[in-house]
Amino acid sequence: MTESKAVKDTAIDDQGIIKGIEQLSPEKIERVINQVLKSETGARLKTYVDTCVHCGLCSDGCHYFLAHDRDPKYSPAAKVKQTLWEIIRKKGKVTPEFIENAAVVAYTQCNLCKRCAMYCPFGLDIAYVMSVMRRICHKLGVVPLYIQDTAHSHSVTKNQMWIKDDEWVDTLMWQEEEAQDEVENLRIPLDKEGADVFYSVIGPEPKFRAQLIYQAAVIMNAAGENWTMPSMPGWDNSDMCMYTGDYEMMERLKKAHFEAAANLKVKKIVMGECGHAFRSVYDMGNRALGWKMPPLEVIHAIEYYNDLFVKEKIKIKKKFDRPVTLHDPCNIVRGRGLHEMSRNIVNATCKNFIEMTPNREHNYCCVAGGGVINCGPPFKNARVDSGKIKAEQLFAAKAKGAEVVIAPCHNCHGGLEDIIHHYGIDMELKFFGDIIYEILELPE
Amino acid sequence: MSNNNSWDWDTGKRLVADLEPWHNEFSYMEEARISPHGENIAAIVKNEDMEFTICSQGADGSFITWENSYDKIWNLKYGPDNRLSALISDMAEWTVSTDDTPWENTYDFAWDMTFNPAGTHVSVSTQKELQYSVITNDVPWENSYSRLTDMALSPDGNHTAAVVETIPVLESEIFKFRKGCYSVAVDGTPWGTNFMNVWDPVFSWDNARVAASVRTNYQDYFIAVDGKTWNKSFTSVWMPRFSPVDKSVTAPVKTNGKWFLAKDGDIVWDRGYHQLWHHFYSRDGLKIAAIVASEFGKWTLAVDDTPWEITFSQYLTDAVLSDDGKRAACVFKDDNKWGIAVDGGAWEDKFDMAWKPVFSPDGRKVAAKVEINGAYHVVVDGTVFKTAYDHLESPVFSSDGSKLLIKGIEKNRYHREIISVKGGL
Ligand code: SF4
Ligand code: SF4
Repeated sequence: MTESKAVKDTAIDDQGIIKGIEQLSPEKIERVINQVLKSETGARLKTYVDTCVHCGLCSDGCHYFLAHDRDPKYSPAAKVKQTLWEIIRKKGKVTPEFIENAAVVAYTQCNLCKRCAMYCPFGLDIAYVMSVMRRICHKLGVVPLYIQDTAHSHSVTKNQMWIKDDEWVDTLMWQEEEAQDEVENLRIPLDKEGADVFYSVIGPEPKFRAQLIYQAAVIMNAAGENWTMPSMPGWDNSDMCMYTGDYEMMERLKKAHFEAAANLKVKKIVMGECGHAFRSVYDMGNRALGWKMPPLEVIHAIEYYNDLFVKEKIKIKKKFDRPVTLHDPCNIVRGRGLHEMSRNIVNATCKNFIEMTPNREHNYCCVAGGGVINCGPPFKNARVDSGKIKAEQLFAAKAKGAEVVIAPCHNCHGGLEDIIHHYGIDMELKFFGDIIYEILELPE
Repeated sequence: MSNNNSWDWDTGKRLVADLEPWHNEFSYMEEARISPHGENIAAIVKNEDMEFTICSQGADGSFITWENSYDKIWNLKYGPDNRLSALISDMAEWTVSTDDTPWENTYDFAWDMTFNPAGTHVSVSTQKELQYSVITNDVPWENSYSRLTDMALSPDGNHTAAVVETIPVLESEIFKFRKGCYSVAVDGTPWGTNFMNVWDPVFSWDNARVAASVRTNYQDYFIAVDGKTWNKSFTSVWMPRFSPVDKSVTAPVKTNGKWFLAKDGDIVWDRGYHQLWHHFYSRDGLKIAAIVASEFGKWTLAVDDTPWEITFSQYLTDAVLSDDGKRAACVFKDDNKWGIAVDGGAWEDKFDMAWKPVFSPDGRKVAAKVEINGAYHVVVDGTVFKTAYDHLESPVFSSDGSKLLIKGIEKNRYHREIISVKGGL
């Protein structure tokens, strides 16, 4: 095994990166880089890289920089310096060791959270630059093992967790049966043509959190929703290919997702509580395929739940009485502006709400986002260490009395769970679906 | 589709079933299915023992249920030959039942029930003890695999193909994965070649060959025919199709940032689109149509590489050519409304949803099912029929194009109606 510089520096042992680097030659690196820069980037990347005046105003926007005692290496501009800026300056003539470090930076030291873009006087989008770096690494075959494996799962099964077609349907039937113990004749209607709602989830739900599908079914049932879920691939709205840089697969996945819904002639897609999947369906994947906006109406669970309360389609027994705080996921807040709707739901469901500070579009990332958590155990310690700022936010909310953190995103749950555990914060994590299900008044 | 000449084409409206008694009888009833010829209707119900069975219309307005009942039934479907099939399970053993006759082979799970166009053959993907396979008309493949997806049935029903994992690869074995562990198995026997990924196998019209999309690494996408790739790779490809008239294979391919149509590896549509997919042939095989985005966010239909001038901003689907290939139609979404476009022009009325249009066999008329304010209507040549249905199947033309079969449920009453569409509406 090559003990290369980035590995030694960070004590990281990632076979995806280490072995990937071993298969590189300077010629291959130069060819792939120039192909990506020439045919896939254009004016946007050039403008970003040329416009940056290295003023450093973005630094304080980045939780990595703050969590590492303001180490300049972790500032957004320095991440560009360690990756694309150097690549462009050297016209692609960089070494395998350079690519190794660039891969570690792009995949594991940036959550693509776009917070820094709000503090840059020019609005430069460092997340985009890091995505270009990831695209180059993907084409070079230098991708952290765990997230690469997830992307491979997508390519074979069209879901993130290697779930086989039969396992998916079996899980839905199991959840339907379980829920029927609570609500007689409740259905998770499969392939119901012409339904109003096509409910899609991410791969980890059937694999690890099947109770979320159960809860969604109970809520849909209580709301009298005409809904469906597909029995065949296209049910998973998640997308790690977007984060590895495998855009051809991202396109294949989003096509399958939209077509699963369109073939059933549904009115809209309601997505479960996931942030990155929303980014993929609402921004990246749809546009890569040629749609300015999603071809069918797509709404996040937050919009759906908010609508249920606004239209009084569900009733609650009583409000959730433990004090809660709210984590604003980057992809649906900075990416879609759903922060006020989230608060509407909190106010409709919870007695005591304590704001986390900063919040809304200024909220800090959970440090799991952008596929960083999906890079797996080799990077876990570094990730959790970088969660110091998030931990401080949580401690502050706890000091004001918050006992429960609501995070309407799966990745955020993963990231916050690790932070809560590592920093000993003693708070409980919940989805909106957990809260609504708990206080829901079931119709007669 | 099976020939519909033998169906009852006498004009008039006939009550086939009153579903009110069904609802009164069964506390649990799923959505009803209607047979292609419209003579039968059925639904999954639970009987008084709370077991699943199938209810269908009996003689003189009554209803009957299957003699057998099960722990679970799903995927109830009428085949093109009007037989009724479903996936059934008892004691966690799954199989297919057609017209209440279950197959002998049982599995830990069965899914993806598929019919050939005549309806003579029914295939499903199966799993038993975590081994995956395919069974057709109760005759299983001899081989099974650790993973199987994308099952396809040949037009004559005598052959099946699927993407299979030929070299078992553990999760996280990313370098082994990159070397290629997937192939297509035809009737259970894999191609001799493995690929990093394989998708969408499809049979030739003579049932003898299979083509699929493959990639050999992250950059090189190919079309493979019977295991052999085209001699050129592309940035990406979509599902291939066999020509009905010669041995050629065509597929959408992406190169230099644009999408083209390629035939046996060579570009044949050279205009270059922002997107191009779902290409298909006219019945005589002489014309090819495809859904294209001429520019980012501008969707339309192209026939033989000539796109319509009209474009739609949101979605385009359900494209169809008349039998002679001279006319084309599709469903589109624009301005948050659904519509139907025929020969490059959009019908004036817009809908809450629209289904795949159908041409009369002579190509003179176009009909479709649409949804307006929560009710379903038939629309012919842009004229929306007044009758609003709670449930409606897509209309079917008689073979001479003079009559239309409408299968619709109004207030729980299912009627089969034949109307004349000869000489205008
Ligand atoms: S996108 Fe987020 S994680 Fe990446 S540099 Fe900017 S603030 Fe830091
Ligand atoms: S704030 Fe903007 S211009 Fe200043 S260093 Fe950061 S990215 Fe560059």
